Amino acid sequence: MNPLRIYAIAYLIFLYAPILLLPVFAFNDGQIIAFPLQGFSTRWFAELWTLSALHDAVGNSLMIAVCSAIFATVLGICAARAGARHKWPLKGPMLSFIMLPLVLPEIIVAVSLLIVFVQVLGLGLSNWTIIAAHTLICMPFSIAILNGAFGNLDPSMEEAAMDLGETRWGAFRKVTLPLVVPGIISSLLISFTISLDEFIIAFFLSGANPTMPVYIWGMLRFPAQLPAVMALGTILVTLSICLLVIAEYFRRRGLARAGLKDTGGFL
Amino acid sequence: MTDLITLKGVNKYYGDYHALRDIDLTIRQGEFFSLLGPSGCGKTTLLRTIAGFEEVTDGTLHIDGKSMKRVPANHRPTNMVFQSYAIFPHLSVAENVGFGLRKDKRLKSEKDKLIAEALEMVGLGGYGGRAAHALSGGQRQRVALARALILKPKVLLLDEPLSALDKKMREQMQVELIKLQREVGITFILVTHDQEEALVMSDRIAVMFEGRIVQMDEPEVLYRRPKDRQVAGFIGLMNFLEGKAGSHVNRAAAAPTKPAPIEVAQQGFLNRLRSQVGLAKPEPKRISHYQSGVEVEVAGLGKALVPADQIKAELHGKPCVVGIRPETLAILFEGETTDRRVTEGVVDEVVYYGDMTYYDVRIAGVEKPLTISMKNLIGRPVLEVGAKTRVAWDERALVCLAP
Ligand SMILES: Nc1ncnc2c1ncn2[C@@H]1O[C@H](COP(=O)(O)OP(=O)(O)OP(=O)(O)O)[C@@H](O)[C@H]1O
Ligand SMILES: [Mg+2]
Repeated sequence: MNPLRIYAIAYLIFLYAPILLLPVFAFNDGQIIAFPLQGFSTRWFAELWTLSALHDAVGNSLMIAVCSAIFATVLGICAARAGARHKWPLKGPMLSFIMLPLVLPEIIVAVSLLIVFVQVLGLGLSNWTIIAAHTLICMPFSIAILNGAFGNLDPSMEEAAMDLGETRWGAFRKVTLPLVVPGIISSLLISFTISLDEFIIAFFLSGANPTMPVYIWGMLRFPAQLPAVMALGTILVTLSICLLVIAEYFRRRGLARAGLKDTGGFL
Repeated sequence: MTDLITLKGVNKYYGDYHALRDIDLTIRQGEFFSLLGPSGCGKTTLLRTIAGFEEVTDGTLHIDGKSMKRVPANHRPTNMVFQSYAIFPHLSVAENVGFGLRKDKRLKSEKDKLIAEALEMVGLGGYGGRAAHALSGGQRQRVALARALILKPKVLLLDEPLSALDKKMREQMQVELIKLQREVGITFILVTHDQEEALVMSDRIAVMFEGRIVQMDEPEVLYRRPKDRQVAGFIGLMNFLEGKAGSHVNRAAAAPTKPAPIEVAQQGFLNRLRSQVGLAKPEPKRISHYQSGVEVEVAGLGKALVPADQIKAELHGKPCVVGIRPETLAILFEGETTDRRVTEGVVDEVVYYGDMTYYDVRIAGVEKPLTISMKNLIGRPVLEVGAKTRVAWDERALVCLAP
């Protein structure tokens, strides 16, 4: 076989095999994470129901993820539309600056935000500090998706609506918005997913109430709870994949609806 | 006809770029007006200024007697057909056409009737339920038209509405647009870079170069009496010869001649489409022989008279450029005679077009051969390169321009 092909296959196994282990041990009827497997069981999933601290963490995470997704997407809409329709001095550098969190190590974002929130602004840590930080790191993804949606729009579309009697806002609402709705949904879902399983920033910035990933990290110290973590992980992976697929579906549908060519996306 | 749109001293800058320069323009009620010019000359900018998508930097714009300063597009009595048509892809054809009626307080059934009528008018009756993004180019164009016309604007602005269509479709739509305009009586302003389209469709044409209106006239005047070399070269084909304007001459005094008017060759393509919609003038234009005028010495052709009002005062006694259209020159075939003036030449190039043959004929004293177009009538031979020939010409077809 072609050595490159062997390499590619080995690479994929190395990358994804650990994820495949999650469901394997989640359904394993034994406390120790090791082969040989000891039979099928769903008791670890049942155990998840009994952990009320976990439920609080999940509730926290959902709240944070929903808020961050909404904020990042609203800001993303503004940035993407401005970028697609207007010119201003230093536009290029400004737009790339917004994309910066994409390449910044999260640990740096986390530490610097911690310093800003606590030392400079004197704020206490809470869910809101995490929401602010997650909005920041979700923005680049949101903008990248929405750029595609807005950039593909014919600028004369809105002008045509205004020409036919709509105000500027009316034209945006009745013509532009419906055409970018798929992009918006896609951006919401991806931001939600990113925020939901983000660990480092949440770890640094969470106050008294940990988010789900932070709570899971805490669980890891107790070997007895490891299989339950596996079960939770399985649920999360499934959920993430579902959300990403839905997001991509909406992105493509948006393109098709506007009768446009696909210019790339995340999937 | 009353004036509907008046622009006075309009200037427009994009940053440092001077896109519109001192535009003075009056468009009358019910007129089919065209803006013609090469790419980048500012036609779209001028149209968008009238529509309200661009603020003028300087100058005034009045529509129907009202100043349009700070009046946004949605409050102007204009509607626009965009070059890309800008059909809303998420709406049906009927929803597109009815878009402008949303704010209208009328009953839904009344609106539906209006929409159906508008679609009928553009030949899309029964298409209302279709998805707009699945239409062909020509159909989109019609939807865009119906969408704009349903609001009964005072002015319809069209930005190269036909440029995306193929030639056949384009000619068909040209005829339909003219008919439609007669029917609805709305003032049309058409932007185009296709001179033939402008000549065929318009009541008046403004020719633009580099942000300036260079000439504004009826199609026939524009074609026959271009004001300068740029316009002459842009619209149709024109031979340019060197000339020198001399003194005023009065022939009538010297030798009274018969005043029989002789028909000047007409531009065939102009009349073809215009006649289809009943626009062609039934009487061919006749121009009498000149009795007096300025004597111009034309290189290769000799002395000719140009009426004093057709030659700018500053050109008197100066070198000038003399233009003559290919169809106003004629090759004299074996045995043919003419009462026009004749000069000798040699065929330099022959291009056969089916209905026409274009000859380049070299004549003594002129560096560039003259282009002559001849109808391929029955029995008329096609000359070969190198053949000796005679060229008939008429002083009434000459235009004298600044060099
Ligand atoms: N928004 C803008 N910012 C800066 N320059 C512009 C803008 N819009 C147009 N221009 C410039 O103004 C000039 C005239 O543009 P315009 O679109 O009016 O040309 P046009 O005559 O319609 O040409 P075409 O036939 O190619 O459509 C062009 O040189 C163009 O580059
Ligand atoms: Mg243009």
